[in-house]
Amino acid sequence: MNWNEKIRKATTHISQNEVLIFERSSKGKKAYMLPPLDVPEVDAGKLLGDQAREDLGHMPEVSEIEIIRHYTRLSTWNYAVDHGMYPLGSCTMKYNARVNEVAARLPGLAEAHPYQPERVSQGALLIMKLLSEQLLEITGMDAITLQPAAGAHGELTGILMVRACLESQGAPRKKILIPDSAHGTNPATAAMAGYTVENLRSNAAGMVDIPSLQAQVNEDVAALMLTNPNTLGVFEQEIHKIAEILHAKGALLYMDGANMNALVGKVRPGDFGADVMHLNLHKTFSTPHGGGGPGSGPVACKKILEPFLPAPLIVTKPDGSLGFDYNRPQSIGRVRMFYGNFGMHVRALAYIMANGPDGLRQTTEDAVLNANYIRKGLEDAYELPYKTPTMHEVVFSDHRQLHKGIKTGDVAKRLIDYGFHPYTVSFPLVVPGAMMIEPTESESKASLDLFVEAMNEIAREVDENPEFVLEAPHNTRVSRLDETSAARKPILRWKPPGEAGKP
Amino acid sequence: MRYLPKSDSEREGMLRDIGAKSIDDLFAGIPAEYRLKRDLNIPRAYAESEIVQFFRQRAAESAQGYATFLGAGAYSHYRPVVIDSLVSRGEFFTAYTPYQPEIAQGTLQSIFEFQTMICELTGMDVANASMYDGSTGSAEALMMASRITGRNKSVIATSVHPEYREVITTYARYQGMPVKTVGYLKNGRVDLEALDKAVDNETAGVLIQSPNFFGTIEDVAAVGEIAHKKGALLIVSIAEAVSLGIVKPPAAADIVSMEAQSFGVPLGFGGPYCGVIATREKFVRQMPGRLVGETRDRNGKRGFVLTLSTREQHIRREKATSNICTNQGLVALMCCIFMTVYGREGLKELASHNLAKANYAAEEFKRAGARLLFEGAPRFNEFVIQTRSDPYAINDSLLRQRIIGGFPLKKFYPESGNASLWCCTETTSKTSIDAAAKEVAL
Repeated sequence: MNWNEKIRKATTHISQNEVLIFERSSKGKKAYMLPPLDVPEVDAGKLLGDQAREDLGHMPEVSEIEIIRHYTRLSTWNYAVDHGMYPLGSCTMKYNARVNEVAARLPGLAEAHPYQPERVSQGALLIMKLLSEQLLEITGMDAITLQPAAGAHGELTGILMVRACLESQGAPRKKILIPDSAHGTNPATAAMAGYTVENLRSNAAGMVDIPSLQAQVNEDVAALMLTNPNTLGVFEQEIHKIAEILHAKGALLYMDGANMNALVGKVRPGDFGADVMHLNLHKTFSTPHGGGGPGSGPVACKKILEPFLPAPLIVTKPDGSLGFDYNRPQSIGRVRMFYGNFGMHVRALAYIMANGPDGLRQTTEDAVLNANYIRKGLEDAYELPYKTPTMHEVVFSDHRQLHKGIKTGDVAKRLIDYGFHPYTVSFPLVVPGAMMIEPTESESKASLDLFVEAMNEIAREVDENPEFVLEAPHNTRVSRLDETSAARKPILRWKPPGEAGKP
Repeated sequence: MRYLPKSDSEREGMLRDIGAKSIDDLFAGIPAEYRLKRDLNIPRAYAESEIVQFFRQRAAESAQGYATFLGAGAYSHYRPVVIDSLVSRGEFFTAYTPYQPEIAQGTLQSIFEFQTMICELTGMDVANASMYDGSTGSAEALMMASRITGRNKSVIATSVHPEYREVITTYARYQGMPVKTVGYLKNGRVDLEALDKAVDNETAGVLIQSPNFFGTIEDVAAVGEIAHKKGALLIVSIAEAVSLGIVKPPAAADIVSMEAQSFGVPLGFGGPYCGVIATREKFVRQMPGRLVGETRDRNGKRGFVLTLSTREQHIRREKATSNICTNQGLVALMCCIFMTVYGREGLKELASHNLAKANYAAEEFKRAGARLLFEGAPRFNEFVIQTRSDPYAINDSLLRQRIIGGFPLKKFYPESGNASLWCCTETTSKTSIDAAAKEVAL
């Protein structure tokens, strides 16, 4: 039997082989030409003395056509949202609109120097101001900084603000409570902010266990870091109670906004008791993930935390022009040089503008509809450990496949053969063998149907030919890679033949 | 909505399949009292043409087409067009972190190349897949030094970019990391005597920047000696990456923290940029951030994977080396392509053009009557002048000629009077330099 005959979404095709760029290098090849120097030439040896550099070692020497072919070939080895569904749970791999890219690359914006005078930067400042205002309306918060460079960086900013606020009231306190379903960045952030981490149990519905919370919150607790909807895709129904329990003891509620794509236009964290939160512009607001970055993690907060926001903030001056306010005596200080990932601010604003209020609400509804459609389509074949209603993502487990020796990671690898990027594997940790699926709003019914069909087909393969699934992927350029030896004897850079292996 | 691939009838059909009466059923988990019962108060949806028009207007209000003498941590270099041509491929910019290596070899191999080139340029053994930027990278480098040495004090030169120092202060405060600062001499270099006194047996790391904020190239070896004799690590921050084409790499450093923006990354009003940490092989397990390593697949074919991830937050949680999750993937790719375009000869030639332009400008400004500060130590493409007039006034008259003048140092160094920091790159024309020389004379 041909185990690939059921694959409808993808077909293998020729892809080009390509070496490392250094292996294309040959002395004397060039891909650049500088214009003639319009000032006198200088003698570097004379100007720099013993600080002058002799040579640049093994930096490549190649021509322009080779560079284009090299990176184009490499690009074809990637799977991308532009190819199809990318259902990584918690990552919100949605469509990245092209107009966002055009806007961010307009010369006036792309070439603006961060220290150019404010009066010739009004356009850039207006973009940041409008984005700030619109994010505040979307979150229901009072004040915001766009400075943090990514989600985890936003977490650090928010928790440092909590710390500064509590310090201003007397003591910073000692602990941050974090549910067992949280992203790893949450506890790592708490540690960086000088707090100890205390784990918070989930209940059978996958939500914060209120009696445990009640018992754990005391005067040592600075804040609870809560993702809502949580990483099971479940909305914390007792969110207001959670906020009340914290507030009653003087603790604050930090909301990890990673899953904001389930809420925009439907409910606002500021309305349900969150004191401070970050947003991932690269998730909810469609700025591209770029193969791992850049992100952007604005932090929005309630009035009580506003004095502690990083400096500078954008303000309207008495003459009506926009500028930066550096005079913020209670601020936690800077978390990044300049003003944040401005290029991402441009893209996020372009996204909000393209949607408007109706579009944003419809986007959220479609994201939730898609996740529920997948849930319905897969619940016969895969174990659904939490039956609580699903928002924008759904978490299954490999429980029914385990007896055949097949784990979530194996199903994921077989999914690659079917032309899909896998879901998020083995996360959240509260679900052993988790398969965390977030389709986003960007998938059509036809593409969801193909995904459901592929997953169900794989479940059948697990029953009939588990070995074949264990060996997946079968149709990729490289088969499963040896990650163990990569970590045991790390090779982290290329060396010319003859030098490899030497320190 | 043009980004949503569904018709209303398809939505209705899907709701029926799920067994929901209406979309509201799917939001029933949200307590009714919190549900938003109105439209968000944001502007109506805009057509694509309107969006382009809106941002064109904002761009026109952002000093579009001005010549600039600003550097100070963000540098205006020419960006070869192949960079945007390649990074605009959806396969690169719409991909996620390469956690599934079988379908992410493009991203992984390009990061491996990036790591290699950073090693070649800095003289370090290993480099990571990038950090948010130079400022946070420096803070993380100090924390890394603290983990390696088991000590917690830091000594930082005041000639390190002031905003880097502000970020470090924020990071260090709750790490229990006391930070001491050491000033600079008349030649712009860090005060070695004061440094020698400041570094003690509890110092984890000494941080300098070279070329430093004033454009002066530090005597890295001498600083290294002082740090090392007390068992501290030397961290060298490089904010102007193009300098590496012509300035000796900081061989005495234990950790190099770079901002690679100069390598083909748009100024973009301050970000996104591309930090990167490079270090000695023996320190790799204390490094923050992602790393790509070479390995083999089941058929023995070369491939690349994210590796040594037991340092990272998704595995180690509160015991991780950092909370950092993302790197600057696409920006690192821009840098990688830039370094490839210029390569072994071009980076040197490019750097020599920068050196020549800045040298010409410094000489012309001096001839015009400005006083050149920090003479007696080598510089790269930035220099500081003292003028009779307030630098803000000088900049005002230059601005009328669509030229953005140097950076008035008093913003960060109140003691500096009318001193200003000027940067010339290969994009600075002789015409602009001559025009500016007329103004600094006043």
